[in-house]
Amino acid sequence: TMASPDDLKFQEFEEATDLLLADPGASTLSMSGSSSTAPAGATGDIKLDMSDDEGQEESSELLRGEKQTSGFWTFEYYQSFFNVDTMQVLDRVKRSLVPLPGRNFIKHTLQSSPDLYGPFWICVTLVFSLAISGNLSTFLNSLGSPDYHYRPQFHRVTIAAVVIFLYAWLVPLGVWGFLTWRQREERQQSGYSFLETVCVYGYSLFIYIPTSVLWILPFEWLRWLLILVAMVISGSVLVLTFWPVVRDDTQVTAFATVATIVVLHALLSIGCKMYFFQTATRTPVPTLAPNHTAPQLTNKTH
Amino acid sequence: EKMAEVDELSKPMFAGLSDVSISGDIPVEGEINVPVGTPSHDDEYSTLDEPVKDTILRDLKAVGKKFVHVMYPKKSSTLLRDWDLWGPLLLCVTLALMLQGGSVDSKEDGGPQFAEVFVIIWFGSVIITLNSKLLGGTISFFQSLCVLGYCIMPLTVAMIVCRLVLLGGSGTVSFIVRLIVVTASFSWSTFASTAFLADSQPSNRKALVVYPVFLFYFVIGWMILTFSPSA
Repeated sequence: TMASPDDLKFQEFEEATDLLLADPGASTLSMSGSSSTAPAGATGDIKLDMSDDEGQEESSELLRGEKQTSGFWTFEYYQSFFNVDTMQVLDRVKRSLVPLPGRNFIKHTLQSSPDLYGPFWICVTLVFSLAISGNLSTFLNSLGSPDYHYRPQFHRVTIAAVVIFLYAWLVPLGVWGFLTWRQREERQQSGYSFLETVCVYGYSLFIYIPTSVLWILPFEWLRWLLILVAMVISGSVLVLTFWPVVRDDTQVTAFATVATIVVLHALLSIGCKMYFFQTATRTPVPTLAPNHTAPQLTNKTH
Repeated sequence: EKMAEVDELSKPMFAGLSDVSISGDIPVEGEINVPVGTPSHDDEYSTLDEPVKDTILRDLKAVGKKFVHVMYPKKSSTLLRDWDLWGPLLLCVTLALMLQGGSVDSKEDGGPQFAEVFVIIWFGSVIITLNSKLLGGTISFFQSLCVLGYCIMPLTVAMIVCRLVLLGGSGTVSFIVRLIVVTASFSWSTFASTAFLADSQPSNRKALVVYPVFLFYFVIGWMILTFSPSA
């Protein structure tokens, strides 16, 4: 793919020696596309990391971490985002369920090898679990009324998909953009790459999958309790991850950033609960019909 | 059976080598490695000339053989080697047609439309195939589509059974029967497709590939189970 590999090898060797001169104690990361050690994220950061002996494979793959010259049109570029094993994915999911103070999700769990498998399939599962559980809960709510005719409400899948995927991609984009801009202004330590931000948001959504299934149980207090628990867990994963990056900023900015993240997350969970799991009033039939034919308007008031 | 054909054709070729002229009057003699291409070159000649009925029947037989393979999933490579997409297309269209005509009091609250089913099946298969390839799978793109499509067959059968059951009424008993049928067929589909697909993955990622397949057939099973005819 490169024009003259030799030139490039020479170039990166210079850069590597510069870095080593600056910090002789650092160990270098050398990547190769086919090995199982993960390459760095897709932006311009060079992550100096402990790595196994990969030999002197300072090939063009190292440049992928630097300048994305391996080309986003090649398949290998995307394969690097799926460089995870089953155990790794399970481990990341577990860590997202148990946020401990001091355990920065990105630094401790991802460790410079963010993946897209987790976020993508968690989002897909969440879309279907929301739509199916919501459908089931509507059905159970209306079970008493004799006039009720079951409706699959398939359009909910589309709506859930749009909402979840927009959230999982646009919000990280906004957060990452904002943090990178601040970092450049304030000259702080390197922030997170876009991929890592997407990754932490994706894994933080995992808790909503069991929550959405449990929301089928028709107890209002239980549903709000579940929302609270889910938001605390999911929100702490995000806060614990982003706080170390913003705390060096001015107080106002730091708090505002973290608050925005939490508020957006809250809006997502409450919005999902309200739209997909409407509490039907257990009154006779006539009030149910308008609920079914105009779900958007009437049920948001619940 | 293609291999048998090649063997058959190669025997008379070796026997009467000088009778075969590849180009013009130049007799072919001496040491010759008969490439696999040459017999199939003759093959193409003959399949172009054969009656259309033979061509169709041969393709139908291939499709039918694959259906049988899905019913009794053994780890055979026939399904993988000679992929075709006729079977999946047939199954997908059948399923989408049968899922139509769900309860449509209001267009919004109804079941999936034809286009939605089509998109879910094909888009879902493509995504799963991409996922498996991105994780380092060795199966080719169309082979994977072929396998995923053919393994929808148990679910299509379940759909037919469900519609028949629904003809008899839609009470609790019919629901339980449908639930059992759909659950059984969705497990069968997942099991059949992983029998073919899991081999092409490194062992530490098998679960990562199987889960999306499970989700895919689960969603299709859900669409079948929740199908309710208009009141």
